[in-house]
Amino acid sequence: MKTPTVNRAADMNRTVRANRALRTPGGLSLRLDPRAVLVVVLLLVAAGAAGVLLIGTGDAKIPAADVLRTLAGNGTAYQDFIVNELRLPRVLVGLLVGASLGLGGALFQSVSRNPLGSPDVLGLSQGSTAGALIVIVLMSGTAAQVTLGALIGGLATGCAIHLLAWKQGVHGYRLVLVGIGISAIATAVNGYLLTKADMVDAARAIVWMTGSLNGRDWDQVWPLLALCAVLVPVVLVGARGLRMMEMGDDVANALGVRVQRVRLVLMVSSVLLTAAATAAAGPVAFVALTAPQLARRLTRSPGPNLVPSLCMGAALLVAADWASQRAFGADQLPVGVVTGVLGGGYLLWLLVTERRAGRI
Amino acid sequence: MLVDSPPEQRAETAPAPPSRKAVRALGLLLSVAVLVLVALASIAIGAKALSPDQVWHGLFHDTGSYGDVVVDERVSRTVLGLLAGAALGLSGAVLQALTRNPLADPGLLGINAGASAAVVTAITYLGVTSLTGYVWFAFLGAAAVGALVWFLGGSRGATPVRLALAGTAISAALYGYLQAVMITDGAALGRMRFWTVGSLASATNSTILQVLPFLAAGTLLALGLARPLNAVAMGDDTARALGAHLGRTRGLAMLAATVLCGAATAACGPIVFVGLMVPHVVRSFTGPDLRWILPYATVLSPVLLLGADVIGRVVARPSELQVGIVTALIGGPVFIFLVRRRRTAQL
Repeated sequence: MKTPTVNRAADMNRTVRANRALRTPGGLSLRLDPRAVLVVVLLLVAAGAAGVLLIGTGDAKIPAADVLRTLAGNGTAYQDFIVNELRLPRVLVGLLVGASLGLGGALFQSVSRNPLGSPDVLGLSQGSTAGALIVIVLMSGTAAQVTLGALIGGLATGCAIHLLAWKQGVHGYRLVLVGIGISAIATAVNGYLLTKADMVDAARAIVWMTGSLNGRDWDQVWPLLALCAVLVPVVLVGARGLRMMEMGDDVANALGVRVQRVRLVLMVSSVLLTAAATAAAGPVAFVALTAPQLARRLTRSPGPNLVPSLCMGAALLVAADWASQRAFGADQLPVGVVTGVLGGGYLLWLLVTERRAGRI
Repeated sequence: MLVDSPPEQRAETAPAPPSRKAVRALGLLLSVAVLVLVALASIAIGAKALSPDQVWHGLFHDTGSYGDVVVDERVSRTVLGLLAGAALGLSGAVLQALTRNPLADPGLLGINAGASAAVVTAITYLGVTSLTGYVWFAFLGAAAVGALVWFLGGSRGATPVRLALAGTAISAALYGYLQAVMITDGAALGRMRFWTVGSLASATNSTILQVLPFLAAGTLLALGLARPLNAVAMGDDTARALGAHLGRTRGLAMLAATVLCGAATAACGPIVFVGLMVPHVVRSFTGPDLRWILPYATVLSPVLLLGADVIGRVVARPSELQVGIVTALIGGPVFIFLVRRRRTAQL
């Protein structure tokens, strides 16, 4: 996904001209790109709209207007139960998982300086899956235990990747390669566990492995929300040096970025975000890989595009779940199938158009 | 032997470079010897252990005794391991040279996924149940995806990044389809979960005969491409300046890799990591010359695959660990070690 230098320079010029700095009396200044702000607003609107539609979809259909009224607290008791107790948590989990995956993916891709450096490729998802499968197959655990297993699996994988890739600092390329190795090991463990399982456990494991929002309730919402509330600010503050790090470690060092420290903070945050998201909904394919790419294309701005990626992830996941519910009926096909197929299709389309434009 | 021979060779021919060549040729011979040993071990070791005598007897004086029957069974398994291993290693080496990407393997370019998706389709919708039936679908799927990746990657103007991206995109889309089928159809899940780990256990003579022509053709094509691929590895401009036909070489290399990998996947299921790992190991002692990498990969990949198969049979006796799982469990750490040791894995 390399744009020729000429194009990139033109992009830079355009964005530099379009940027407006927001200055506060205290001497702090914040650069604002009007296009990026517009994209973020539109994506938030899209995510909200998809969420409302998703709440209205199911065996009991509720018009969008009624959903909004019920969310505001003015619905009938029946609508209130369906919307607030049954479907709102599902949508919130979807939004939070999408946001975490989008942000985590953007961080990974930026830190590894590789569009393929997403949690799917690096083996975090597979590590979480291994954790969950161990609980499902060997312990026949409850849903809560599966979540815990996935979280532990994801964090352990993240630690392993980081430790193994560490050699007087973490180099982007080595990180991706080590991740691929870990990913293959975890995939083998998963395959082995699947062959050991009886049919019921195997079916349950496959559904979990695809990533699904079915039957998510408030118990999944709160931990994820708390984690996002802590980590998103940490990431956004910590990511100030990220844009300079994309120019290479040496340049970033010279510009006064503490490269290793920034990278460690960001890696830990993104591992936590991805592991928590995977624990809540299973390894939803491709959101972490696609969301940052889509966001970057919409904002047309260089750099990690963290906030647009976050919003894009949320909008993408909820819209995909809605599409799956509409097209195949309620709870028939998990959202992971849709994101996988759509994400793959999107990448193909991207390749064809980029090729036509002669940019890759 | 290794220590003594080079001086003799040097005396016969020109000074420094031929001696290196001789060392490499001897290394290749040594690799073949190791391969023979591993193949014999693969016949001897298993749930029923056989003595070397019994193996010899079963191989050359088949009288239909119990030991001889066991040898027969294990011979087809070993032969399939030899063929599939060589095919996977060779296709991995070709793909890495072609895409100039150390991460390239049949998995990354979506060829495994194509084969898997075709097999799932055959099992679920077309009612194919026998291995001999779905071998052809796996092959078709791998070839179709290979062609698609080649086309989307820009055919004549293909670049490493484009090929890798096209492969990732296609395999993700197919993976979604695979999951959808396995979720909605319990029977397909029951069969597929064993096929997708990759195993040599289902080897029969008819499987081997079916994939053999493809493997032979693919191997010859790949070995013949060593010299032009060497030029391609230097980068487009240099290769063109050296007179290489970039488009033709890439097309043929893609064809060879697809045929090899598709046939191997059809016969044993998707086995990861052999194609990724062996070329890396080989490159660490041959250097970047594909005229050496390709033969070495052809000989050493089956060593890995058969060795993994034997280990899988020993550790979980009397049941067994599928070879695809063992290769990944061995290959993963080795690969990480290589990544850590070398600067950054370069071609």
